[in-house]
Amino acid sequence: MPHFALLILVAPLVGFLFNVVNGSQMKEKAIGGVATGAIAISFISTVICFFQLLGSANREVTVNFFTWIHAGTLDVPAAILVDPLSITMCLFVTGISALIHLYSISYMHGEKDFRKFFLYLNLFVFSMLVLVLANNLVLTFVGWEGVGVCSYWLVSFYFDREAAASAGKKAFIYNRVGDVGLLVAMFLIFTHGQTLTYLSIFTNASNLSPTVATLIVLSLLLGATGKSAQIPLFNWLPDAMEGPTPVSALIHAATMVTAGVFLLVRMSPVLALSSSGRMTIAVVGALTAFVAATVATSQRDIKKVLAFSTVSQIGFMVLAVGVGAYSAAIFLMIAHAFFKALLFLGSGSVIHSLHGEQDLRKMGALAKYLPLTFPTFMIGWLAISGIPPFAGFWAKGDVLTNVYAHNRLLWIFALVTAVLTAYYMSRLFVLTFRGTERFRTVTQDEDPHESSWMMTLPLVVLAVLAILGGGLDLPWVHNHSLASFLDPTFGAVPAGAPLSVVTQWGLSLVDVAAAIVGLMAAFSIWRDKHESETFEREFFEKVWHWDGFYDATIGRPLTTSARVGYVVVEQKVIDRAADGFGGLAARTGVQLRELQTGFVRQYALAMVLGIAIVMIYLVARIGF
Amino acid sequence: MMHSSWWLSALLLVPMVGVAFVLLVRRRPGASYAVGVGVAALEMALSIVVAWMYNQHLTRTGIDFAARHVISAPLGLAYDVSLDGISLLMVLLTSLTLLLALLGARDKRREPALISWLLILTTASMGSFLAHDLLLFFLFFELTLVPSYFLISQWGGTERVRAALKFFLYTFIGSVPLLIGILFLGFKNQHYVRGALNFSYTTLSAVHLSHTASVVLFCAFGFAFAVKSPIWPFHTWSPITYAEAPIAGSIEMSALLAKLGSYGLVRFAIGLFPLALSDMRPIVMTLAVIGILYGSAMACVAGDLKRVIAYSSLAQMGFITLGAMSGSQIAMIGAVLLMFNHGVITIGFFLLVSFIEKRRQVNTIKDLRGLQASAPVLAVLFTIVILASIGLPGLSGFVSEYLILLGSFATNTWWGVVGAFGVVGAAIYWLWVYQRVFHGKADAKNLAVEDVTNKERWVLVPVVVLILLLGVFPRPAIDKITPSIANLITHVSYSGVDK
Repeated sequence: MPHFALLILVAPLVGFLFNVVNGSQMKEKAIGGVATGAIAISFISTVICFFQLLGSANREVTVNFFTWIHAGTLDVPAAILVDPLSITMCLFVTGISALIHLYSISYMHGEKDFRKFFLYLNLFVFSMLVLVLANNLVLTFVGWEGVGVCSYWLVSFYFDREAAASAGKKAFIYNRVGDVGLLVAMFLIFTHGQTLTYLSIFTNASNLSPTVATLIVLSLLLGATGKSAQIPLFNWLPDAMEGPTPVSALIHAATMVTAGVFLLVRMSPVLALSSSGRMTIAVVGALTAFVAATVATSQRDIKKVLAFSTVSQIGFMVLAVGVGAYSAAIFLMIAHAFFKALLFLGSGSVIHSLHGEQDLRKMGALAKYLPLTFPTFMIGWLAISGIPPFAGFWAKGDVLTNVYAHNRLLWIFALVTAVLTAYYMSRLFVLTFRGTERFRTVTQDEDPHESSWMMTLPLVVLAVLAILGGGLDLPWVHNHSLASFLDPTFGAVPAGAPLSVVTQWGLSLVDVAAAIVGLMAAFSIWRDKHESETFEREFFEKVWHWDGFYDATIGRPLTTSARVGYVVVEQKVIDRAADGFGGLAARTGVQLRELQTGFVRQYALAMVLGIAIVMIYLVARIGF
Repeated sequence: MMHSSWWLSALLLVPMVGVAFVLLVRRRPGASYAVGVGVAALEMALSIVVAWMYNQHLTRTGIDFAARHVISAPLGLAYDVSLDGISLLMVLLTSLTLLLALLGARDKRREPALISWLLILTTASMGSFLAHDLLLFFLFFELTLVPSYFLISQWGGTERVRAALKFFLYTFIGSVPLLIGILFLGFKNQHYVRGALNFSYTTLSAVHLSHTASVVLFCAFGFAFAVKSPIWPFHTWSPITYAEAPIAGSIEMSALLAKLGSYGLVRFAIGLFPLALSDMRPIVMTLAVIGILYGSAMACVAGDLKRVIAYSSLAQMGFITLGAMSGSQIAMIGAVLLMFNHGVITIGFFLLVSFIEKRRQVNTIKDLRGLQASAPVLAVLFTIVILASIGLPGLSGFVSEYLILLGSFATNTWWGVVGAFGVVGAAIYWLWVYQRVFHGKADAKNLAVEDVTNKERWVLVPVVVLILLLGVFPRPAIDKITPSIANLITHVSYSGVDK
């Protein structure tokens, strides 16, 4: 297993380095082929590792490479931990990334920075794998920051566009604020336990006092809100739509935004120690899910709707973590990876066919022109809306049932969000594929046409996964399911109220009803219109004025005080005080020059004089 | 076999011999540059040999680098040099700085004189890092002023006279209390032991001081080092100086001479006055975190690239000071490591800015735009250096910054937390600078900018290699620092308690 585990990690890095060294002479297809192949190898290695792990009694395998940092009592190895959680993450991260790579070869065809795009893509996946496989928090932080910087590059890929450049910067800085949380969490853990290796943290976890445990959980949560785009740090993600569409798919489905949820799940033995910390997590998740869903109802850009839908879905996962339903969170993460990658790549195909148009108002009736994109996208739409038997129904149902068992109020919140989800996704679907043709001005009266096989093949594969994904963890299968595979890695949390079979069936029916309500509402409203004052609220479209709020309370005051500080504090107070103190109160250049002439000579003289005085003193002392 | 301390003497002598050669060939055009580069390469090779020998020293004791020769007993003047892990990193940095400053920032105006000053500066800073005697240290420390002054005033920009004078006065005034403090310690020691005047570090660190005397002396020493580093609020000489000095001068001052301040803080202020630490720690650490945040804020509004580097350095020196003062072994190791890493990173920054200046004649941010389109390789190099400075894991800056913050948090929680926000600050100002200079649509002037030449790429290779190497494999450096810091901490904790 160590060799294959190493290969998971090394393959994307080798792909990256190969294209760095040789890429400038290579053709597009070759570059894309190398990059895609690298991820495919990584995926195959993961599958092999997965089966080896299944067949082995020891399901926590640590592979040590070398000592990275060793200073004082701090010992950070470059080592990976292969366990059910990390291998599950790797499976869908590499699998979906490989499909996105394949898709990108066609999507990015003819771009000036084609090679650079694939360099970043490989590095992105490599960072994500480091994040997931690391056996200690510091190494996880390497991947954590790695995906941050790769997203910065990819989001600002079209760097000559001001909006893209700003969006990339915003993504990185928001993530950095979250990173402070992760840093502080690490400092707390190390100060109180002298280790940052996961397995040692978990064995020592019982020594943490409740207060410290809560502080750690809250710091981790801050870190997670940055990376996973949750309140209060969620508003970088919609801006990140400035990147090319495959990047959005990669960030939203397989990598990056799942990292925060993963971190919380990874640290579940510490989460187990703080019920107030878990409650905070649950509330943050529920709020984010709701707020983002309301925003998604009023967006007019196809990618923005999907972006807020990601924020909302991640909110569901965080909520699940908060109520201790870790395997449900991972289940939804995987299902979401399938259907969100499908939806993003599908939207990419739509945008591609409309020469880059992203406005829903300029689409409509695309069903008959895109014979493969349309049915696959429809599967994605049904899956995210929670219609059985697609993956989303099972995964979201799992989350909702667990939430119901713990906290009815949060469950109601989540249920309303589920209705909204079905609503905004159906609106998106209707505006894109049904209704009247509104794209003729965009395409200059040409018929849109379907994309090449490299773009449609991933769609088909993902559609199949979105249909079958629910099979990972069906409620009535209790052996060999995802939950039983993952459970040993989690810290124990008090179970919620036990639910009778009737209640569980009832809850499933409620879920389906919620999805159908949202769906029907959307169809009845949007069947014959593509704009609506009543149903597209400015308040929602402007994200509850969240950006403006930050700008007014943090951004502008800080910028202003820095500007004022530069003129007043730096130049007038400190510099003048220092100049005055140093006898440098000279006001004109003339005086300055006079002062300057021979000053160094005088200084040399002063030094000699000083030494002379010392000598005289010494001679005097010795004399007496 | 020759005594190991001769290697240190060679490090000090080679640049001076180089000066003699430069003066001999000064009339032949270009010859002085060749001599300068040759001497710098030799000095670099010597440093690497010394580092290799020191490595042996660590594993197989027996090689002794220390040497003491009394020059004048009544004056207490002695040639007293020694080497430990901290000095070793600084020695390597000194040679590297000289070599890259010469290779990357050639300035043909009155070249022999310029190169002579750079060589003298190298001996002076080498001497400061190697001196084991406080008086000797002070002489070398002060000697750095003279070449720096001439570098700024003779080869600087339009405001060079003002900048040179400001630099000189600040650092000169800073060192007056240092001299008084050193003399006081020497005399006090002589008073007690009734022997010859002696300024050896070993002797003076054993002098018993009252609590008050410790605090006063710490302040006297600390002031000199605070100005040199610079530590907030003694920093206002640095932006104008870095902006006005010629590139080679800016590199020497920010990458190297600033480290004299933090080196002095670690070695002398902390090593000699452990009793003062409990009182001074909160004050200095507070100044350090103010420096981190204030430097970041000023870097956001600074109008040209050199000033951005100056304020960024203020923030980075804040990290170093934070770690050095924290009293945590981990953080102090990080601080020394950051002294080296920041040196390398700053060399990279100034070289890259000089490349931009060479092409555009300006370094004001508002005149630059969209350079990534016209000079993609330059953009990549700039990005790497920025990311190292921001503290991206996998690059050198992260390891040192992480150790500093982790250690500081363990001993002084809140300073560690506030310091951690400095990590956000660096991302804000550097990415904003990058966006304004490299992103966006370039106008005609910026579109005409040529990418870096092969020679310029080669000069940056050592910088990039060190950034990557010390990010992924920092052990060689940390292993050298650790025993020295452990010694220091043992000494401090032994004498730090009132007996």
